[in-house]
Amino acid sequence: MLTLKGIAWGLPGGEEIIKDVSFTASTGKLVVVTGPNGGGKTSLAKLIAGLETPSAGQILLDGEDITPLDVTARAKRGVGYAFQQPVRFKGLTVRDLLELAAGRPMDEAALCTVLGKVGLCANEYIDRELNASLSGGEIKRIEIASVLARKTKLAIFDEPEAGIDLWSFARLVETFEELRSSAEGTLMIISHQERILAIADEIVVIADGRVRAAGPREEILPTLLGDERAARCPLGKGSAVV
Amino acid sequence: MSELNQITENLLRMVSDFDGAFSGAYNIRQDGECAGRKSSANIRLENKTDGPGLVIQVLPGTKGETVYIPACVTHSNVDDLVYNDFFIGEGADVVVVAGCGVHSDGEEEARHNGIHRFFVGRGAHVVYREKHLGTGSGKGARRIDPVTDITLAEDATLEMDTVQLGGVDTTARKTTATLAARAKLIVRERLLTEESQQAESDFTVTLTGEDSGVDLISRSVAKGHSRQVFRSNLRGLARCTGHSECDAILADEGSVLALPGLEACSLDAALIHEAAIGKIAGEQLLKLRTLGLTEQEAEEKIVAGFLK
Repeated sequence: MLTLKGIAWGLPGGEEIIKDVSFTASTGKLVVVTGPNGGGKTSLAKLIAGLETPSAGQILLDGEDITPLDVTARAKRGVGYAFQQPVRFKGLTVRDLLELAAGRPMDEAALCTVLGKVGLCANEYIDRELNASLSGGEIKRIEIASVLARKTKLAIFDEPEAGIDLWSFARLVETFEELRSSAEGTLMIISHQERILAIADEIVVIADGRVRAAGPREEILPTLLGDERAARCPLGKGSAVV
Repeated sequence: MSELNQITENLLRMVSDFDGAFSGAYNIRQDGECAGRKSSANIRLENKTDGPGLVIQVLPGTKGETVYIPACVTHSNVDDLVYNDFFIGEGADVVVVAGCGVHSDGEEEARHNGIHRFFVGRGAHVVYREKHLGTGSGKGARRIDPVTDITLAEDATLEMDTVQLGGVDTTARKTTATLAARAKLIVRERLLTEESQQAESDFTVTLTGEDSGVDLISRSVAKGHSRQVFRSNLRGLARCTGHSECDAILADEGSVLALPGLEACSLDAALIHEAAIGKIAGEQLLKLRTLGLTEQEAEEKIVAGFLK
């Protein structure tokens, strides 16, 4: 279970980007964090994964305060993070990355299982370098696979749909549903996609660095969709969800 | 093969496929002398008549054989110079392994200077592997200055895999090549320098034949206070393709100077150069740290992968 208590963060010398964020994501649940662009969703994900350090507040994982831990220590505690913009490496192969993620050598069957979850065929990819020869969609799916290869208590996926084609995205949604049903930990997905929102157990809406709404999907989603429809209307009042 | 000292044996294991013996044709050079030689039915090795070194003749049509030409310098105050000429017959398909190890425990310089000339016949295919290494605790500089001159006939291909991953204080590596029609040259260079080591790598490839092509990729890491200079000059004299790429990672106070050159003398010469020099990207370190690696482990993995 992930618990955030009064998390705050801002750029050095700049304005506060995350403001007093508190919520709980229960074990075995799929939590979708959504909200308008620039609202602080990715910053929040980075704070949870340890890529940034909050200026105030506490982050608890299964009751342990992981706030003082760096990114490596949090990863070892079971926090996984799939970057919104995947990183490329000259020289490292897909196999190298997945084996580092898994923390052990993987045979082709194991690699095939992981890559299959993101719609890639292992035979075509395991020896490919993680360089510019891979398309944006391919590298994104491999990034997601690098988290799937890990045993995590909390797996965070930052906009997994970005750059992924319609067919692969459908497969990805199935994978997240499968993960949710078999998960021993918590899944957190940063997303705007209705299809992702539709499989959420809980939804957290972040706007202007604050939690604007949080609760079960059945409760939050109708409000969100209603607000989006209003935003599309020329007479709509904008995207804020209160 | 009875005169190998222990240092040579150790160096051979590190720079070539030596496991106590070589299978196939070989010549082992130890401190400027021949320490073992064997020819095969298709690959003949003989002394040059006009200076130190060998003439290596690969008969036309030879397939699937490997010839080993390693050289080792095992103590200081040795300045070994050798000229090896490789004549690769038409249609042959062979592997040439030419590793070089220099060991010094003394105060004086230990140096190996290997000048290799390749004359690759029509339609032949050669994989040329050279691995350079320095060992020992002596203050004397360990120096390796390889010169490789390649002439590719029509439809010939040479794949050059050249590696220097440590212990060599100074190196000046010079490679020149001339390509006839439809000939292909593929070069993969990997260089690691540390402490105050110096490395210069200089490539000049002249594409004279129609539809000839070169693909040259150099990856290097400069650590400590080491300095590297990379020069490449691709000269397109006909319809041809040329690509050179220099990627370097800097650490500590290391420095790299990349001087790429392209010279097109034909309207149909398509030449490209790419160069990137910089430290390991922070996001690369972060990504591996999200997988549980420490920053140091992440750096080591990135460098190892880069130079793999």
